[in-house]
Parts: sequence; structure tokens; C-alpha cells
Amino acid sequence: MPVIRLLSVRLLRIALVLLCVAGLTFGLMLASPIDPIDAYLGPQIAQAGAEQRALIAERWGFDQPPLLQFGHWLRQLLSGNLGWSHVYNQPVNEVIAQRFQRSLALLGLAWLLSTLLGFGLGLLAGMREPAKPTHSTLDRVISGYAYLTASTPAFWLAMLGLLLFSVTLGWTPVCCAGPSGSLSDEVSLATRLHHLALPVATLTLLSTAPITLHTRARLRSLMHSPVATQAFAQGASRRDVAWRHGARHACLPAITLACASLGELFGGVMLIEQVFAYPGLGRATVEAALRSDIPLLMAIALFTALLVSLGNATADGLYRLIDPRLRAQAP
Amino acid sequence: MNQQPRLTALLSTALAALVLASALMAAAWLGDAPQQMHFDARLAPPGSNYWFGTDALGRDMAARTLAGLTLSFWVGSSAALLGTLIALSMALLAMLGPRWDALVSLAIDTLLSVPHLLLLLMIAFALGGGTQAVIIAVALSHWPSLARVLRAELLHIRHAPYVQISQALGKPRRFIVRHHWIPQVLPHCLVGALLLFPHAVLHEAALSFLGVGLSADQPAIGVLLGESMRHVSGGDWWLGVFPGAGLLLMVLCIQRLGETLRRAWST
Repeated sequence: MPVIRLLSVRLLRIALVLLCVAGLTFGLMLASPIDPIDAYLGPQIAQAGAEQRALIAERWGFDQPPLLQFGHWLRQLLSGNLGWSHVYNQPVNEVIAQRFQRSLALLGLAWLLSTLLGFGLGLLAGMREPAKPTHSTLDRVISGYAYLTASTPAFWLAMLGLLLFSVTLGWTPVCCAGPSGSLSDEVSLATRLHHLALPVATLTLLSTAPITLHTRARLRSLMHSPVATQAFAQGASRRDVAWRHGARHACLPAITLACASLGELFGGVMLIEQVFAYPGLGRATVEAALRSDIPLLMAIALFTALLVSLGNATADGLYRLIDPRLRAQAP
Repeated sequence: MNQQPRLTALLSTALAALVLASALMAAAWLGDAPQQMHFDARLAPPGSNYWFGTDALGRDMAARTLAGLTLSFWVGSSAALLGTLIALSMALLAMLGPRWDALVSLAIDTLLSVPHLLLLLMIAFALGGGTQAVIIAVALSHWPSLARVLRAELLHIRHAPYVQISQALGKPRRFIVRHHWIPQVLPHCLVGALLLFPHAVLHEAALSFLGVGLSADQPAIGVLLGESMRHVSGGDWWLGVFPGAGLLLMVLCIQRLGETLRRAWST
């Protein structure tokens, strides 16, 4: 069964990449000048003497060589123990589970909306008869928008949105995932969506550009193809060709691109959550780095690497599905 | 048809050169103006005295924005240059044999599977922050995509007829690398460096904005925007709008320049 073989090769590759990511993060954390015991003790550092520090180091295995430490960490990781986060005073698993739930709403909505919007805009921009040499106004506007957003700092746009809609107009809340001081169970869906609106809108606007440009290029090449020429000869309008042939022709590549862009999107989530003080995984990442919460930072790196690898593998699989030339090659 | 891209290329080169020149001159011309405090004009809105207003310590935002752009430009260009060098050496390394190729591919896959910003954050964290750490972190996290392009290009060149003929004629490997590989790959490197620059600058600003990048006393654009976040709820819009717009303008110029050059070379 070639499919099963392909899948198992893919999964093995992902496992290998994840092992490398684990090694990389471990190495980076080992190289950092921050002493994990100092970070763990925090302000209590004055109360701990050299003896107690030595005890902690022994308990945590810092006296062992790095390779042994890495092996130990990997074993713990595989048994499901990701360690203790001193910033949130919770096991790392729980921090990630809780925070990811909130980020998932932001990430998922922005991903869906930016894919749909990017695809639609790309179709509109690429919809042009091959005989006309000049760009249409619509095409100019959409491409200009795509190039502009590709150069815009995400956090700056978020800040502008905050200034305009939250501070000046007062339409959207200034921060957080719900009204301050209320428990997360009490917040209604409408309130949640109200708090999500501006972050999702910003993230969507910023992540449409790649899909727009890609779909536009695809559609333009289709408009020059014999398929389109024949359709035009039969009296089809531009809209017919774009919709009947173009949308089908360009939709799988667009989905593929969307799957492969999860890493970039997570970077955006980190910045947007920081601006809107949204308590999700992105903000936890920044907190972990700023306050040297090493177990949390490493776990988040592995977790996001898993997400991105799965996205990349899906993208690759979809490509193989649509392009028979790739199917013949070895993976 | 062929004239238009060239004209655009010329125009964007001129514009980019203008921005570049003003950015480079700014540092010498400004002196210590970005750090000078005017206590009688704290948080002044934009006006005839202070074009971009002043911040909470009464420092001129116009001077700080210019200084920030200079800093961003230097950090961004050194990171892009370093990243291109790493990408080129990795692509050449991949040509040594199938094992090296697999190793380089694994490294590329590994680095690409961690979100860019998170990788940057971790490298900057490991190096302890500061300007140098940011440059190294940006370079280390941005080479993979360019290395992929260069590797594919080198594979293509290696099997090209003229290289095979050269090989059959008994030219040494060094000759082939110097006279066939490098000249073919260099334009890609230049365009690659130009296209890396926007990413490098934006990620440097993002890192400084998050508080892990350049130190808070340097007037980097990311630091300025991070400071302005504290005054957002007060409605002091000029603190954030101008530095961000400056950064956007600079990135846009170089992005367009890179795109136009790439298109001019690929046709």
C-alpha cells in the first residue's frame, strides 16, 4: 500500500524533525546566560544559600553532563510530564491547554477568514482577459493592498486599530478576552466575540497577502491557457471562466498555502495578543521568555513545532493529491 | 512592455537610495537630539516646534524616529547579509554529497517548523539580548528559505549541459565552482538579501517591541512602539503612528526594489 508507506514515512520525518527541534531548544536553553535556579527562586534568591542551591541542582540533575540531562528530559516528555511553570505556578501541560484554547479561537478564525478573503481577492484580481495588456483598476488596488500589508508591522497595525476603534470611537474593548474581574465561565459568547473582533480583524488583514498574490498568479496563468481560450470562444464571460475553471484550478493550492502558513500566523498571534493583552498562548510565550520560564518556553516551542509540521505535512499531502507528477516521485 | 519594469526599478532604486541616504546621514546630523529632553514640552502633540510631537520625557519624536530608522536599517541589513552568507554556504555544503544534502535539508526543515518569531525569541534569549544577539538571531532564523532556493538553483546548474561539458573536459572542481556556480548564483543571492531585508527589519522591530530585542535605552523603532503602547489609552496617537509609518515606508521601498529586481532577472 503506497498510501500507508507514504504516511509512515511522513510521520517518521515529523518525529525526526521534532527530535531535532527538541535538541535545538535544549541546546539554546543550555547556552543561555540565565541561571535556571535563579529564575526558579525569583525574589527568594536572597534566602537560599549555596548549600540549598547545590541541593536544587542535584535534585534537578544539573550536576550531570548535558547529554544525560537531555535524555532525562526526553523521557519525562514522552511520559507526558512537561514540567512546572513558575510564572503561572501550574504544570506546563495545563498552562498550554488553557491558553491554547483561547488562542485557538483567534488563530482559527483569522486563519479561516484570511484564507477565504485572500482567495476571493486573488480571484477578483486575476480575473482579466489575456487580450488586454493593462492591469485593471481592481487588480491594481488589490495587489497594492497585498504588497502594503506584507510590509506592515503587525503590532503597529494592531495598535492603530486599538487607537481608532477602542480609544477614539469606543466600539471595541481595550484589552483581554473578557471584562476584567469576571471568571471565564461567566463570559457569554457575544462578549467573547466582541473581545475577539479587533484582534481577529487585524490578524486577518495582515495574513491575506500571500494567498491573494498566489491565487492571482494562478488565475492569470489560467486565463492564458487553452481551456480559457476555448471557453471564451464559446462565449463565456470572464466571471464564468474565473468561477468555473479558475476557482477549482486555484483552490487546492490556496488551501495548501494556508496550511503551510501556520508558523507565520502564530508569530502574528504572539504580537497581536501582546498588543491586546489577550491571555493566550502567544502572550504566555512572551512572558516565558521575559521571565525565563524555561520549561514553559521549551514546551511551547515543541508544541508549535508539532502544529507547524502537521500543517506542512498536510500541505505536502494535498499537493501530492492534486499533482500526479509528484505522486510518482519518492517522498 | 519591457520598458515599464525598468522604469519602476529605476524609480524604486532612486527612492530606496534616498531613504538610505537620509537614514545614514540622520545619525551624524542628529547628534544627541534623540536623547535630549525638553521638560517644558512633555507629550506635546505634533506642531511647528516638534513635527512628530514629543514623548513622556519631552524627547523630540521626529529625531527619535529618524534615529530609530537608522538603527533598524543597520541591524536589518547586517542580519540580511549574514543570513544570505549562511544560506549560500549551506547550499554549497549541500552539494558536497547526498549525506550532506540530507543533513542540510533536515536543518532547514527543523528551523522552518518552529514559528519564525518564536525561534528568534529563543535565540535572542539564549544569546542574552542586545544588538549583536538580535542580528545573529535574525540571521540564524532567516536563512532556510533562501538556502532552499539556492540549493534548487545549484542542483539545476550542476546538471546543465555546459557544466557537464566543462567537467568532461577535465576542469578541476574549484574551477567549475568559481566560474560556473558562483556567477550563476550571485544574482540570486543579491535579490535574496534584498528580499530578506524586510523580514529582518520587521522581525527585529517585533522582537524589540516584545522587550527581548534591543535594549530599552536605544531609540529602535520597536522600542519606540513598545513605549507608545503605554500611552495608547491616553490617546497620544503621535507616539506610535509616526515611527511605525517610517518603518513601513522603508520596508516597502526595499521590498519593491527586491521584487522588481527579481522580476527583471527572471525574465
